Amino acid sequence: MKILLNNREENIDAEKVTVSELLLRKKYSFRLRIIKINGTLVRKDKYDSTFIHEGDNVQMLYLMSGG
Amino acid sequence: MKFSEIAAHLSRFRVGIAGAGGLGSNCAIALARCGIGTLVISDFDSVDESNLSRQYYFMDQTGLPKTEALKDNILRIRPDATVLAFQEKLDRNNIPGIFSGCDVIVEAFDNAEMKEMLIEAVQELMPGTPLVVGSGLAGWGNNDTIRYRKIDDTLYVCGDELSEVSDEFPTLAPRVGMVANMQANVVLELLMKQL
Repeated sequence: MKILLNNREENIDAEKVTVSELLLRKKYSFRLRIIKINGTLVRKDKYDSTFIHEGDNVQMLYLMSGG
Repeated sequence: MKFSEIAAHLSRFRVGIAGAGGLGSNCAIALARCGIGTLVISDFDSVDESNLSRQYYFMDQTGLPKTEALKDNILRIRPDATVLAFQEKLDRNNIPGIFSGCDVIVEAFDNAEMKEMLIEAVQELMPGTPLVVGSGLAGWGNNDTIRYRKIDDTLYVCGDELSEVSDEFPTLAPRVGMVANMQANVVLELLMKQL
């Protein structure tokens, strides 16, 4: 399936994936992030139960300490 | 558009600033100089001598609550500004009340977990209120890694989203000032659209 990940088209070799699975497949290792799917924020405790489907717009923002 | 017209337009708005450290103090001053009518500032901390390396405070303000010191500094520049200062630790419960009526909120915390908490609270409890996040600004050099991204109409981020502060990689005035002023610039862009 094709999704939009931070405004870039990505091919994912599955019909749907959970948020956790996407993070694993992309080898994303940032400690803290904000994830929005089609404009809706997904909380950390929902990463295992929230699915990403064909055509979804996934936005990730990375949070680093310092300010 | 003349500066007087810009300032007159901006005087109608209220901007919230969550945290009054390196990001918040510098961002608040920039916004005040432009003519924002009301600034809502919140921080639980007091000014420490070590803050003076990058935060908009003065040696004779050490020991004062940051909110009080920042309010004084803003009013020295803009005596006509309204500053609502809340010396409180922000959490999910008090955020909607403290920032109620704000046209835009600036996320200006130091700690990543607090940034996450604020983003979740504003996005979930104050839907439609634009939030301008600062993330990734520690260290020095690398001007070209600092960037701005619009996530959607309610979420914007300034910073490199990569550099994490540590004892060996501190936050320094130039980069934190750059990100603070970028955040202020996003606020202006959003408010100037509402002509």
